[in-house]
Order: sequence, then structure tokens, then C-alpha cells
Amino acid sequence: MADPLQVEVVSAEALVWSGEAESVIAKTVDGDIGILPGHSPVLALLVPGGVEIVCPDGRSREIVAVDGGFISVSQDRVSILSEYARMAQELSVADAERELADARAKLDAGDESEETKQHLHRATAQLRAAQKAR
Amino acid sequence: MPASLRELRERRASVSNIKKITRAMELIAASRIIKAQRSARAAEPYARELTRAVSAVATFSNVDHPLTTEPENPTRAAMLLITADRGQAGAYSSSVLRQGEQLTQALHEDGKDVVPFLAGRKAAQFYAFRRREVAGSWSGFSDAPTYAAAREIADALIERFNTPTEEGGVDEIHVVYTRFVSMLTQRPEVIRLLPLEVVEGEEPPEKGDILPLYEFEPDADTVLDELLPLYVASRIQFCLLQAAASELAARQRAMKAATDNAEQLIERLTREANQARQAGITQEISEIVGGANALADSAESE
Repeated sequence: MADPLQVEVVSAEALVWSGEAESVIAKTVDGDIGILPGHSPVLALLVPGGVEIVCPDGRSREIVAVDGGFISVSQDRVSILSEYARMAQELSVADAERELADARAKLDAGDESEETKQHLHRATAQLRAAQKAR
Repeated sequence: MPASLRELRERRASVSNIKKITRAMELIAASRIIKAQRSARAAEPYARELTRAVSAVATFSNVDHPLTTEPENPTRAAMLLITADRGQAGAYSSSVLRQGEQLTQALHEDGKDVVPFLAGRKAAQFYAFRRREVAGSWSGFSDAPTYAAAREIADALIERFNTPTEEGGVDEIHVVYTRFVSMLTQRPEVIRLLPLEVVEGEEPPEKGDILPLYEFEPDADTVLDELLPLYVASRIQFCLLQAAASELAARQRAMKAATDNAEQLIERLTREANQARQAGITQEISEIVGGANALADSAESE
């Protein structure tokens, strides 16, 4: 078996997670992408949602909530960059749903600001990731 | 005539109260510096990966992006000043403002209008006092900047940059911030943020660290479109974090000097108070002795 992937999940403020993985599954703007060791170098934009990191034991997996950002792969090093990346384990579905409702309410109230839209994106991503982590 | 004993004691008491306050501020600043340095370090991996990605796109595609193109005839420039929200930090804010004034003059000499953007309450006060127009102003995060703040500033600047010059847009963006060199040295610096020159962050790339031939999804241009605003935000965040660490270091040093001065003052006032007290006692004794002698003389003469 090939060497495992070295994965780094980085948010703007900190290194969120790093470790080895058997594979990584991410949702890019062109569709889902699965990365196994030996993958050719790629730089892809992510859509808000959850990125799955399959641990070397092949069973347990980590889910990262991302709000856009991108994934870069080269020489078995995978970096996932997202401004507000967070581990899904730290998120709960209930919290994410509340965030989403908050953002929706603001948007419905006629607040069309960029900030609210970003908030909505972020909440959507966290909810998807949190559901995936169940 | 030396001041009265009571007055001297009052002054000594007030100076020691001030000393307690400056000492507390010194300690607070010292403990926050560690936090500021930690968050500066925590933000490094992001900046590093982002720089790598941007250089990868820039190297492997002939991109002609508005954010990287030099305008032919720049007539207006934006200037972002990063200062503190509060004073008590020595010359920290004023040296940034002075640097800003110099930059403004230099830009004027080149025939460019200057559009000021301000971060930190001190800069806002400086401009408000001189009744100058300000294009944007943020405050409330100078000693612990968040990424959200950096993003907000970046969005405002990029929007202004993308506006055509005729409609009030700017052709270039400069940032004045204070670089944290060490606990003892912080230097105000000017960098040109836009049009972008992609530079490696703190460390130059290692030799032999050749960037692989990336495939871009969906394509290089779209990727660059997404990456550049992130890169700009990350640069601003870097400046804000450096400025925060510098501010705290400057405050710690200023407060240390203030505490030392207060100590000296207390010592001097204590001496003066003791002297005044001793003078009072001596006078009282001589009065009592004089009085007793006078009584004795009058008793003898009877």
C-alpha cells in the first residue's frame, strides 16, 4: 500500500487539523473529487459543505466544515484552506440549524448585505457537515 | 519655602495610585503580547499555503487579472493606516500617523490624490480633529484582531480598487502598519498592497522547492479570481497581527517607563515629606525649649 496522505486543514486563524489519511473526499465546484495517495497535483475550489478525511484505519473519518476555500494536492500532501474551516465534531446539528435560521431570518428581513450572505453560506456548510458527521 | 507636609503626603499618595495603574497596564500588555504572538504564529500556515497556491497559479498560467495589473496612469491612491484604539502606548500611533503624512506628501508629489482608510480609533481622531475626509474607518480590534475584521477591510479596499477611477475608484492601495521586529524594536512600514506583487511571506522559498504542475479546477482564471481576494485579506490580517503585537509591546514599554518614573517621584516626595516633618519637629522643640527658658527666667526674676 502506498504511503498515506499528509493532510492539513487550515483556517485563516489557525491550523485546524493535521494528520495522515487514507483518502480525502471533497466537493469542488466541478463536482466531488476523491483523492488517494499518488494523485496528480491539483488545485480546486471548494463549495461550502463538508470535506471527508478517511483515517488510515479505513473506517473512522473526520469531517471538516468549509465555507468555500480550496484544496491543493501535490506529492501526497493535501491542504484544505478555508477562511472559516472547522471540525464537524465540534459542531452540533442543532447549533448549525439555529445559525441557518438566524441567517435566513436576516435575509428575509431585507438585509442583503454581503456579510449576511456569507453567514448563510457558512451556516449551510456547517449544517451539511454536521449532518454528515452523524 | 518647602511645600507643607500634608500637601507632600497627598501628592505621594496620588503618585503611588498612578503607579499601581501603570504597573497593572504594563502587566496586562505583557501577557497579551504572548497571546498576540501566538495568534500571529497560528495564522502562518494559512498565509504560507495561500501564498504557495497563488504563486502556483501565477507561475503556470498567463493570467491577466485586474488585481495584478499596473494601471498606466495612476491618479488616485488609497492609504490604510493601522493604529491603536487607545493611547498609553508611547509613540506607537503617532509614528504610524507621521509615516502616513509622509506617504501622503510623497503621493501628492507624484500627482496622486490620497483616499484615507483608517483602522484604530487614534487615526480616526487624528483625521476628525483636522476635519479631513475619510473613506472608511474601523475600530475596536486593534489589540486582538480577528480574521473577520481583516476580511471586512479587504472587501472594502478591493471594492474601491475595482471601481473605475472616474467614479472615485483608486489605482493603488498602500498600507502603513508597524512591524514587530522584537520586543524592543517596532518599525512603522509602508507596503503597497495593490496592484498585487505576489511575494512569499516571511521566509523566502527554499531552494529546490519547485512548484508542481497543478491542474486547476475549474480553470486557472476562476481559481485566481477566488484566491486573490483571500490573499489580500490574508496580507491585511498579517499587517493587523503585526500591528497588534507592536502596539502591545509599545504599551508595555511606555507603561514600564511610567512606573519607573512614578517610583522615582515617590522616592523624592518621601524625602521631601520627611524633611518637612523633621523641620516641623525641630521647630516645635526649639519653641518648647524657648518657652520653658522664658518661664524659668521669669520665675527666677520674681
